[in-house]
Amino acid sequence: MIVAEKKPLDAIARMLDGCGRVLAVGCGTCVTVCFSGGGKEVATLAASLRMKRRMEEGKPLEVTEAMVQRQCEWEYLEPLAEQIKEYDAVLSLGCGVGVQTLAERFPATRILPALDTLFMGLPSAQGVWEERCQGCGACVLDKTGGICPVSRCAKQLFNGPCGGSQNGRCEVDAALPCAWHMIWERAEALGMTESLMAIEAPKDWATSRDGGPRRMVRDDLRLPAEQGQEGGE
Amino acid sequence: MDPFHPEVVAFCCRHCAYAAADLAGGKRQPYPAAIKIVELPCTGRIDVVNILHAFEDGADGVLIAGCLNGSCHYIKGNLYARQRLDYVHGLLGEIGLEAERARMINISAAMGVQFAELAGEHVETVRALGPSPLRRKIKQGEAA
Repeated sequence: MIVAEKKPLDAIARMLDGCGRVLAVGCGTCVTVCFSGGGKEVATLAASLRMKRRMEEGKPLEVTEAMVQRQCEWEYLEPLAEQIKEYDAVLSLGCGVGVQTLAERFPATRILPALDTLFMGLPSAQGVWEERCQGCGACVLDKTGGICPVSRCAKQLFNGPCGGSQNGRCEVDAALPCAWHMIWERAEALGMTESLMAIEAPKDWATSRDGGPRRMVRDDLRLPAEQGQEGGE
Repeated sequence: MDPFHPEVVAFCCRHCAYAAADLAGGKRQPYPAAIKIVELPCTGRIDVVNILHAFEDGADGVLIAGCLNGSCHYIKGNLYARQRLDYVHGLLGEIGLEAERARMINISAAMGVQFAELAGEHVETVRALGPSPLRRKIKQGEAA
């Protein structure tokens, strides 16, 4: 899932300075299950903002609460189309993708982010989320026993641990396990240490962030009417 | 001359504090009229937003009254309530309200006298803090 956390209330309140009517929109997917942008979080933030405005300015801020199943798909935003015109701004409790999808769909409305999007990860324990993937575009988990050296090694090493690995902990933060220590232990358990002896060539980061925003196209899934409209392919 | 009559919403677990408040009444043990009791099946039922809505609607204070630690009818509901209250304290700070306005107490159903004492204590804390700024603003808005 995409993991995000609420921005400081003051930062959100400052974005809304001058606004009288705001629509706070949650997202029922990733940010609901990481407890940052679900229905309860929308209600909590809406109440907090209303109170803060009354405390600071003595006049009300109208915050209407809304939820969509997924902010990152056009179809789910359609139910907002009618009411969105009535608001000075929309506060998105979605991830950065949700905020941008809203902004693309409703270009005449100010769309503001209530969350800071952190990473792709999992809930490692109740109330704890950890990063597991950086979307590098060329997965190597087959070679590393299902433990990602890109997202979990602070130095993104591909040929074993650095000299800072001590007793299975990372030198960057002793609370972090050394990814390569874990990779080696997993390989031992699977009887695959031999495969780790091969030297891994420098990673080709062209599939990662280097070339700007990435896109994926599946011609077999496209609608014939849209084929060729976007140029390039 | 003191026109301030605090309003404190008391979220009370039915298995302990609600019965304790009832016992206080049965014993003719007075507790402040400021206490407005909301019965819950367990303090674990309380959500962050319930506490915020109480303040938003003008409460000067909130009291959460749950079972003694280790005695929750649902094992850990009172512990969850305390964690949520800790979170709410942070939110109140961000909003600009004093965290002391929201407090949790742990009592048993047999502690009617203690309920009255602790509830009275919290009402005095809230009285010392003064009326909630939100309450004043509501009243002004209504008058306007």
